[in-house]
Formats: sequence, C-alpha cells, structure tokens
Amino acid sequence: MLNSIPPQRFKAGDHVRVLDRPSIGHCRTPVYLRGRSGIIIGVAGRYLDPEKLAYHKPGMPAHLLYRIRFRQVNIWDTYTGTDADDLEADIFEYWLENATKENKK
Amino acid sequence: MKLERSNSERRGGGGRVVNDVGGLDFNAIDQSEHELTFYEKRVDAMLMVLVGNSVFRVDALRRAIESYAEQEYDGIPYYDRWMKAIRDLLIEQEVLDADAIEVRISEVCDRLEKEGLEVDRAPVV
Repeated sequence: MLNSIPPQRFKAGDHVRVLDRPSIGHCRTPVYLRGRSGIIIGVAGRYLDPEKLAYHKPGMPAHLLYRIRFRQVNIWDTYTGTDADDLEADIFEYWLENATKENKK
Repeated sequence: MKLERSNSERRGGGGRVVNDVGGLDFNAIDQSEHELTFYEKRVDAMLMVLVGNSVFRVDALRRAIESYAEQEYDGIPYYDRWMKAIRDLLIEQEVLDADAIEVRISEVCDRLEKEGLEVDRAPVV
C-alpha cells in the first residue's frame, strides 16, 4: 500500500551519522563507517532489506538507501591526505541519524 | 596469493565479520587478471540459475560466505567460496541432501580416476 510507505527522513545536503551499533548476521553497513558523519548526496533507491533477504525472508519493509559523501579525514583517525579527499557509500536509512555538523566521531 | 592481515581491529559494539575488511592492513593486493576457467564459469552459471529460480537470493550467498572463519575465508579462492556457499544453501533449503552430495562427489571422483586423472578427495568442509 502506497500510504504505508514512511516519509523520507533525510534530503540532499543533510548531515547524518551512521549508527555505531552492533550488527548480528548479514549487514551491509561497513564497520569503518559506523559512528562516522557525512552529507546526503541523494537517494539511491528503495530496496528490500538485505539483512532479512539473507535469511530467505521477504525483506519487507523496503528501506530507502542514501548515497552519502564522507570526508576521508573524518573516517580514518590517522588519515594523512588532504581535507578534500572524500568517499561515497550507500547506507540504508535505518542505519542513519541526524548529525548537527560533519564532525569527527 | 595468501592474505596476511596485520591487525584485527574491532571497532563499535558489533564484531567485525570476516568480509568487512575496510581499514584493516593487508599485504599488497594481487591485481593480476586471468581468463575465467570453465569451472569458474560453471559456478557463475549455477548461481544465476539458482537465484533466477528463487532457490535463494544472492544476499543469502553473501551471508553464507561471511559466516566462514577468517582462515577459511582468506584461504580459498573466490569461486570456491561461491561453490561452498551454494552447497551449504542447497542443503539449508532442502534442495539436496548432504549425504547425497557426498555420494555423488565420490562417484565423480571414481570416474575421473578411471579416466586417469589425479583427484583430490579432501572433503569440502
């Protein structure tokens, strides 16, 4: 049902932080990004939940997948490259929370 | 090429699973290419047929592979990981019986030996 789809929580330009929480079983959110902040670039799509599909479940509800740009200096505590270096990753909405600024962990 | 992990950092509350290697130190990546072997193409085709017929999703293949111990994950070639995961998922989904698979492997080994080929009978665990 269309009206059962929850509203989009984030929009392009929003600062978000990847939740720093444990995962059990199959998970697409890499450990190196957990607890790290970035900026939403856009929505990559809405996809069935791989954490459930991996166990032969229907994967409902589908979740929004966002493309997020992280600054390398905000990911690696010992990064020696320039502040301009960045990295893009696709992270599901339920792994994200609001961040007030693009702060370090 | 054998992978050598020089650290096993655990960050955050959840343990890092074996495939989640971002940020860990390794030896140099082997970037050499090779033509896909017939075996590798067959494994790929088998996966496409199984996923195409909804026996399991590719997400389940990833999950099966991620469940391997580090030594095993690092130690076996890419398509062997697929093959092993396909075997495990076919048993999990009750498409094939584990004993039946062993019997069949044994039969094929016998046939290949009769044809004069060298056969590695080490069990796939």
